Amino acid sequence: MNDIPASLYRLNRALVMDGFRQLVPISLFVLVFALAFGLAAAQSGLDQTTILAMSALVFAGASQFAALELWGEQVPLVPLLMTVFAINARHLLMGASLYPWLARLPPARRYGVMLVASDANWAMSLQAFSCDKPGFGLLFGGGLSLWLFWLLGTWLGIHFGHAISDPDGLGLDMVLGCFLLAMVAGGEKTLRTLAIWAVAGISALLAYRFLPENSHVIVGALAGGLTGVLLGRPAHER
Amino acid sequence: MNVETSGTGLVIIIAAMALVTLATRWGGVFVMSFVPLGYRVRLFIQAMSGSVLIAIIAPMALEGDMAARLALLTTLVVILLTRKQLLAIAAGILVAAMVRQLG
Repeated sequence: MNDIPASLYRLNRALVMDGFRQLVPISLFVLVFALAFGLAAAQSGLDQTTILAMSALVFAGASQFAALELWGEQVPLVPLLMTVFAINARHLLMGASLYPWLARLPPARRYGVMLVASDANWAMSLQAFSCDKPGFGLLFGGGLSLWLFWLLGTWLGIHFGHAISDPDGLGLDMVLGCFLLAMVAGGEKTLRTLAIWAVAGISALLAYRFLPENSHVIVGALAGGLTGVLLGRPAHER
Repeated sequence: MNVETSGTGLVIIIAAMALVTLATRWGGVFVMSFVPLGYRVRLFIQAMSGSVLIAIIAPMALEGDMAARLALLTTLVVILLTRKQLLAIAAGILVAAMVRQLG
């Protein structure tokens, strides 16, 4: 991780197009998730412009669903924003985890590519970087793909959502979980990483049970990170 | 503070949600630009990146219904056996759907 070759943090049209293409299959799942959101939002009484603006500008599914829970004639702004922040706080960790590579980009690009950072494209770009492959095409191009399908799916959901009355019955609530698990399990598995994951998992579960809602991701990630520091250098880098 | 869900109220709500979310997308990068990337910080970031995923998944596995658990188990088995990501995800979702339709 100390000497990063320049080719790793290239970002050109071809890489962005390639990243876009690589995320299209996942984006199709996202499309259906967005469809469920469009439908739920319309049923909660939001008008089309508001729903589409929310999907386009917020672009963070779980927090948008949570906003619907608080929706009415009036919305309590502070609780809403605290909920949105808590659910999306994992983006903070995503940005930090990509920082060693992001630091090599000029600031405009560095923050530009993070505009569309989301679970799937972040995980794929991080995996690419850790295999010494360029990852910013996946992050930005893949993010554009996810964004486009998220918006399209939202629109479809507003107009044709009733076709899917029970997204959970089709297993669509498991898209994100299965995707993230496939990312984790596809990576390196040493005793060291397993120890880190065990600490992360157990602390996340404890936080989920005993700490305020939505704190478990932060708690688990920080505990895992600290375990990494305590365990010291990975065996293969010794 | 309650905001009306009409007219300018809507603009305020959507803009505020968008800004808070943007702050999470930019904040981690911004903070890290003040932290020297030393040895311990690198170890921390590296260990944290996988832990984020684990921390998101763990409650789904433990607190979820049988369909959710079997879906995750299926994805895990398929990815370990085949290393094919999309196949593993599709298999997991299919299992969740089947369990819920039958259950």
